[in-house]
Amino acid sequence: MTLLQQILTVAVVVLGTMTTRFLPFLLFPEGRQPPAFIRYLGTVLPSAVIGLLVIFCLKDAVFTGWHGLPEAIAILAVGLLYQWKKNILLSIAGGTVFYMVLVQQVFC
Amino acid sequence: MKTKAFRAAFPYTLPICVGFLFLGMSYGFLMGSYGFSFVYPMLMSLFIFAGSMEFVTANLLLMPTFQPLHAFLLTLMVNARHLFYGLSLLEKFRGLGWKKPYLIFGLCDETFSIHCAVTPPEDVDPGWFMFFTTVLNQSYWVAGATLGGLLGQVIHFNTQGIEFVMTALFVVMFLSQWEQNKDHRPALVGVGCTLLCLLVLGSDHFLLPAMALIILCFLFLRKKFPQEVPQ
Repeated sequence: MTLLQQILTVAVVVLGTMTTRFLPFLLFPEGRQPPAFIRYLGTVLPSAVIGLLVIFCLKDAVFTGWHGLPEAIAILAVGLLYQWKKNILLSIAGGTVFYMVLVQQVFC
Repeated sequence: MKTKAFRAAFPYTLPICVGFLFLGMSYGFLMGSYGFSFVYPMLMSLFIFAGSMEFVTANLLLMPTFQPLHAFLLTLMVNARHLFYGLSLLEKFRGLGWKKPYLIFGLCDETFSIHCAVTPPEDVDPGWFMFFTTVLNQSYWVAGATLGGLLGQVIHFNTQGIEFVMTALFVVMFLSQWEQNKDHRPALVGVGCTLLCLLVLGSDHFLLPAMALIILCFLFLRKKFPQEVPQ
């Protein structure tokens, strides 16, 4: 591929990404009420998509030798830390360090 | 007003800072190992700003033939989840003027999860709060990718497992949403449908079917419970 072709490839990827980001806002501009079902989706989708992202992060772990066991333990630790202190940063940092120890020392 | 919004947004972006610096650097390292200069990861992370797609694009650039249509369609598939994000944020982004196009441009997974799960304090302007969240997250990503490209393979330490920071972030966002909402069905639909599709279809082809299944479930749930779901 020449440099120009590389630049064009990146430009096309930018165009595609922006299509997926801007399309909903172009279809339903401000001042035009979206249909009731779309408004309903707007209220329920956020929770569902965060659930989807959690699973998305685990997509490769499920099919490894441990079938996501270290991930499950670490997620439990994140949940317990969060229930205990209600501190977002502490839960994430604690859970990540715990997971790193697990995969480097225990499940290796 | 701006400083207040910046101070409110910054702590929420810190875990993303760690994750993005690490992931961004791995992306920069990868591009370097393919023989690209640091300018590639820098500009691609700035303009594409969609993590997984940037890794895919690295492979597209290595292909011998130039196939723009293939690249475009592949991008639409990989990034289709953004359509979801937009639909969820139509109301929240209303009336934000010049900030709105930038907020849409910078709507990555992690930023979206903050927009959804975090309500800024009452004395903080939500528009500026979301603006700084987006700017900070994008700076971390671009900085990480550029650094990775520059440093190449100079640094060695055992980072195995650090990518879990993203999983932990989404888990915490999930829990905080769970506490805020009385109705847990949407969250359960999201986890259930995605897990089902992952287990049945495997990790390469589950995302689009999962999204379709989620929409179908909501279609069904709405008929059964015709009132708008209270948040």
